[in-house]
Amino acid sequence: MKAHLLHPDQDFDFSADLPAGHEDLVQDLELGTVLQAMAAGDKFLLGVSTKVLLASLNDPGTIGYRQRVLADCIAQPDIVRQIYGVAVAAMQDRRGLWGYSSQYPSSILSAAVTQLEALVARLRELRGLADEHAGTFQSDGLTTLLRSLQRDLDDDYFETLRRHLRQLRFRGGVPMSARLDRDNSGIGYVLRASGARRTWKERIGIAPRTVYSFSIPPRDEAGAQALSNMTSRAINLVANAAAQSADHVISYFSMLRAELGFYVSCLNLHDRLTAAGHPVAFPGSSAAEPWELRCEDLRDASLALRTGRVVGNDVDADGKSLVIITGANSGGKSTFLRSVGQAQLMMQCGMFVTARSLRSSVCRQVFTHFIREEDPAMVSGRLDEELTRMSVIADRIGPRCLILFNESFAATNEREGSEIGRQVVRALLEAGIRVFFVTHQFDFADSFHRQRAQETLFLRAPRQPDGQRTYRLTVAEPLPTSYGEDIYHRIGGWLAESA
Amino acid sequence: MAIPQTASSRVIPAFASLLSPGPAGLATTGEPEKPAYASDLNLDQIVEAVAADREQHDLIAGLLYHRVQDRDVISFRHEVFRDLEDPGLLEAAGRFCEQMRQVRVRLSQLPKMESDRHREGWFLDAAAIYCDAVRTLSAGITAHPVASRGLLAFRAYLDGYLASAGFAQLAADTASRKDDLARITYKVRIDGPHVEVSRHDGEPDYSAEIENTFSRFRQGEVKDYRVHYRTEPGMSHVGARILDLVARLFADEFSALADYCRRHADFADPAISQFDRELQFYLAYLAYITPLRKAGLGFCYPEITGDSKEIFARHTFDLALAAKLTGEGSTVVTNEFHLDNPERVIVVSGPNQGGKTTFARAFGQLHHLAAAGCPVPGSAARLFLCDRIFTHFEREEDLADLTGKLEDDLIRIRGALLAATASSVVIMNEIFTSTTVSDARFLGGKVLAKVTELDLLCVYVTFVDELATFGPSVVSMASTVVPGNPAERTFKVVRKPADGLAYALALADKHRVSYEQLRGRLLP
Repeated sequence: MKAHLLHPDQDFDFSADLPAGHEDLVQDLELGTVLQAMAAGDKFLLGVSTKVLLASLNDPGTIGYRQRVLADCIAQPDIVRQIYGVAVAAMQDRRGLWGYSSQYPSSILSAAVTQLEALVARLRELRGLADEHAGTFQSDGLTTLLRSLQRDLDDDYFETLRRHLRQLRFRGGVPMSARLDRDNSGIGYVLRASGARRTWKERIGIAPRTVYSFSIPPRDEAGAQALSNMTSRAINLVANAAAQSADHVISYFSMLRAELGFYVSCLNLHDRLTAAGHPVAFPGSSAAEPWELRCEDLRDASLALRTGRVVGNDVDADGKSLVIITGANSGGKSTFLRSVGQAQLMMQCGMFVTARSLRSSVCRQVFTHFIREEDPAMVSGRLDEELTRMSVIADRIGPRCLILFNESFAATNEREGSEIGRQVVRALLEAGIRVFFVTHQFDFADSFHRQRAQETLFLRAPRQPDGQRTYRLTVAEPLPTSYGEDIYHRIGGWLAESA
Repeated sequence: MAIPQTASSRVIPAFASLLSPGPAGLATTGEPEKPAYASDLNLDQIVEAVAADREQHDLIAGLLYHRVQDRDVISFRHEVFRDLEDPGLLEAAGRFCEQMRQVRVRLSQLPKMESDRHREGWFLDAAAIYCDAVRTLSAGITAHPVASRGLLAFRAYLDGYLASAGFAQLAADTASRKDDLARITYKVRIDGPHVEVSRHDGEPDYSAEIENTFSRFRQGEVKDYRVHYRTEPGMSHVGARILDLVARLFADEFSALADYCRRHADFADPAISQFDRELQFYLAYLAYITPLRKAGLGFCYPEITGDSKEIFARHTFDLALAAKLTGEGSTVVTNEFHLDNPERVIVVSGPNQGGKTTFARAFGQLHHLAAAGCPVPGSAARLFLCDRIFTHFEREEDLADLTGKLEDDLIRIRGALLAATASSVVIMNEIFTSTTVSDARFLGGKVLAKVTELDLLCVYVTFVDELATFGPSVVSMASTVVPGNPAERTFKVVRKPADGLAYALALADKHRVSYEQLRGRLLP
């Protein structure tokens, strides 16, 4: 039995490591906010969404497969959440019953039996949902899933399970000796042949009592657990077999919960974005060269989730392998850069994007190179750290990749920073890599304007005449100014003379 | 504190605190207050590494984050540190703290225990460890010389305490109760919900019989499924009921135990417990710097000035970085600085990755750690007891705040400069990098003008060479490279004029990301 909701013919590999360099992507694109919204407070969903979002698909076919499943989910969110709920409940049963007691052989046995009983009940629920909603869905992924539940979990199978579970209960009393530990609790349990025997003198009450007894009430589960822990030392070899059967069923629920969990996460995000009035759309993905990217009202999802004031951008970068964004500080440059990276990743995991419409070429991998705080591990100075990161990227990047630079190579003076940037970008473009570059270094931006205007799109974060910034980018060539002096005076300075 | 009752008792000298001469020594409990500059200076790394997962984490962190404004308190702590540099005394102190920790762990668990017999056993165990801890500490502290005000006062107190009749009684009672309990063996039979408890009458080990019975099936070695049980504090109510029945079977032993617990309810002496807590501040810091000393790095007790700003440090270093490098077996480069009137500001320029940031951090750490009463990195130092420390280091762009980065920088710098007094220290590292050179020059000049006007002690790291010749209050220092190999750094920051070379392209070359190299790497 398989879930197969993320690929038509295989499981999603949740055990695979996240792609190399994912920390940079998450941090630079502020994917944390998006992933938190997908998780909606659920740590498990956070883990699932992170893995699926970062493991980009490269073929438009599978992207479409997921988009159709997701479209089904958006159309019938309640049913999908119900099925997911069964898988979650099954895994929660597992946490409650499994795990901590597994150090005790007697508990392994009784927990394994109890676990199997609970799992079988969940399997029945799943079958019930499949019977009820088999005809509801259109996507290949969901229709196949429900059909296989009906076929593989038939009534005969449930009867077989019930019979086995009854036989797996352990019975018997166990006598043992013990000593007192440092805290007076029992220690040094040794199995003995029989219980206490009272002498006839004791029985008729003329010798001191040497035997005491009590019984725990039938509903005292903690007490039963304690007794089970004590007896386990005597039955250390008895209990192993039932556990493995339980594990097989659990692994099915685990995969179902994880794969379906991704779509539930998408629903969570969808709810958040649409409730706040942000546009969402399934993007068109294309594999063909030349580079495509055309969007309307593309928004930074992380910003959209955090604040109401979000301005989207309409951009047509079809055929452009280099996009340079310049202009005012606080002008929305980083925001735009992030929105491009986010949309690319969201598209390539089969999700919708935060835009009214978007069409983009599938890329092999997305890279980011953003200005960073001083390396907290203190290995190096800032420029050195940036160049180290660039060199690591160079080891992994190749044709058909996308890289986003944000104020890179600015940790030195403008002349040298521009020169490093020029050399790096030139080499990347010649290797067939698409480059987005936010910079305030006029020298850098201007040289591409002079030399590669045809393949380059220049966007600028404008400043209004009254000094206010808008956050919508316009197509415009770079300008040789910055605004430090303005800001100094606007915030009131700190020297009496400059007031 | 409990007063010993018997006639032979003598007056035990008072003990106030190991942290300061006054009785108000114990600075803090609760959440440590972290200064705003802690992360810029990597002070948080130092503090977290020192306090680590120690039980007194918050006390240690609180003391390390707190700058004392009283020079006598700083001397008081220096004295204790000096005493503890004796390895024998240090070891004795460490052992004592570990034992006291075990005592506290036990005592803290008592209220949660529902069974009286269980609680009594655990209480007895705590007392047994306590007796051993106090005696062992006394032996250790007597065998080694002490000279600090703090430890002399405590030694006098401890001598008196150990000689008291109260302690002698505690030790004797504890030993008898332990012997009693160790002799008990009993039997339990569990059959479903039914439990039977009796005296053990010496029947043979039944497991051995079972093993014997089934041994004929044995084919060869199989996987070992035996579970290893850990002893954990805590007892189920069933365990407690069994224990109650055991107590009825062994009534004499358990009534003696109950009596013991009543008579020695408050065995832990408050002054000794306090000493133990405060001692951990010293032990934690010394444990942190010991590997660095072994690697050849010096720590000194700095002279603290309250008025003169003619400060210096020799062979000093960034403590957080040094701890990391030493851990990896790498060498640490040390630096010197000195300021003579009217010098107040060190402008640090020069090649990147040359140790400029490290130098700035070291300067800030020195002033902070000195004011916490700790030995500081360096072979010798004179440092200014400042009222506040301000730092401004390049930050990551934070989108949660829609204000742009430059504006954000300027607002923060403005806040610091307006809050600073003539007794403050300011450290600025590579600010204004996200703007143009002319902006950085203009704004840097404004900053230095204000710093000079306020007479602040300041380190200013910049790539704008012009700022190094700002005026007579400014000293120029620069990171340096190996002559003949511009890509290799010495990590030495020395007094010299800014020379205008940034070496950025040599650095790109070193990382193989120049155009030619990158082209070769991307198009194989």
